[in-house]
Amino acid sequence: MRPNTVLRYGVLLTALLLTACGLANGEHQEVLQKAVRICLECIGVG
Amino acid sequence: MSGMYRRRVKGAKKSGTRRRIVQLLAAALANGYLLGFQKGRIFTGGTKAVCVPVLNCYSCPGALGACPIGSLQAALGGVKHRFPHYVLGLLLLFGVVLGRVVCGWLCPFGLLQDLLHKIPVPKRQLPQRIDRPARYLKYGILLVLVLLLPAFARTAAGTAPPYFCQYLCPAGTLGGGIPLLLADPALRSLAGLLFSWKTLVLAGILLASLFLPRPFCRYLCPLGAFYGLFHRFSFVQLRLDRSKCVGCGACEAVCPMAVKAMRDLNSPECIRCGACRSACPAGAISFSWNTKPEERTTP
Repeated sequence: MRPNTVLRYGVLLTALLLTACGLANGEHQEVLQKAVRICLECIGVG
Repeated sequence: MSGMYRRRVKGAKKSGTRRRIVQLLAAALANGYLLGFQKGRIFTGGTKAVCVPVLNCYSCPGALGACPIGSLQAALGGVKHRFPHYVLGLLLLFGVVLGRVVCGWLCPFGLLQDLLHKIPVPKRQLPQRIDRPARYLKYGILLVLVLLLPAFARTAAGTAPPYFCQYLCPAGTLGGGIPLLLADPALRSLAGLLFSWKTLVLAGILLASLFLPRPFCRYLCPLGAFYGLFHRFSFVQLRLDRSKCVGCGACEAVCPMAVKAMRDLNSPECIRCGACRSACPAGAISFSWNTKPEERTTP
């Protein structure tokens, strides 16, 4: 198998595993908690 | 005009229109909470736990999802200071599947630059001796402002601000800062030097877009820099059929990112807008899915 094909599927598998791991850790809740509050730094007043 | 050429021109227009429709729909979907603009409030629903693939500030009143770059910095710079499995996993997923198709077809700020560039003023390209080294700036922004500083440059409170969002991101100023400050006098009273700086950055990029295609995407966008890393092996690829290519250079002439399409079609600089495919009179360029990744051809 060509190296680039190995990379393609390897990165895909890593992506899926990392996402699953993050979901299991509850990291999506942390993203939610940040995203539902006005980010003063992002809008230029923080 | 021969029948084949006439069909190619018609096809090119149709393809451009199709891309514009997808861009508009994607922008509307990413910022669909219209009540937020009216009330000067941001959306607080559960969909904000999901990162959209594009640069779209989650403090935009219309934003229905989370910005991946903002979320990455928040995870790295947060109190818990932990490895951002979830956000990084999503970024890798978007990158390996789509690459910079996200830039060319889905990004609202990319759409804005495209629309501004359509205004009829004299168009410019930066000289190669400036343009080529300047392309590396976005990788520096990704490494320093998005990754290293949030991870290591912490305040006394033990957290780190989102440095890219705070000091550079024009999408945050345009989508979040301006609508919220217009709607809320209390927020407006807090605006100071930082807001002035960010507005200047935004104005500079929008002005540059009149003359130069996609200046933010070329030189400053850390998300585009990240997605470009996957171009040589992503599932979506552009393919050049060399048996059909007549070497006319039409593909390179229309490319908004000044990619040398005949030599390096899957360059990390390519935003996969498909302009080259539409322009090719021989039909030599096509999108492909999960085919063998091509090697780069050097002259």
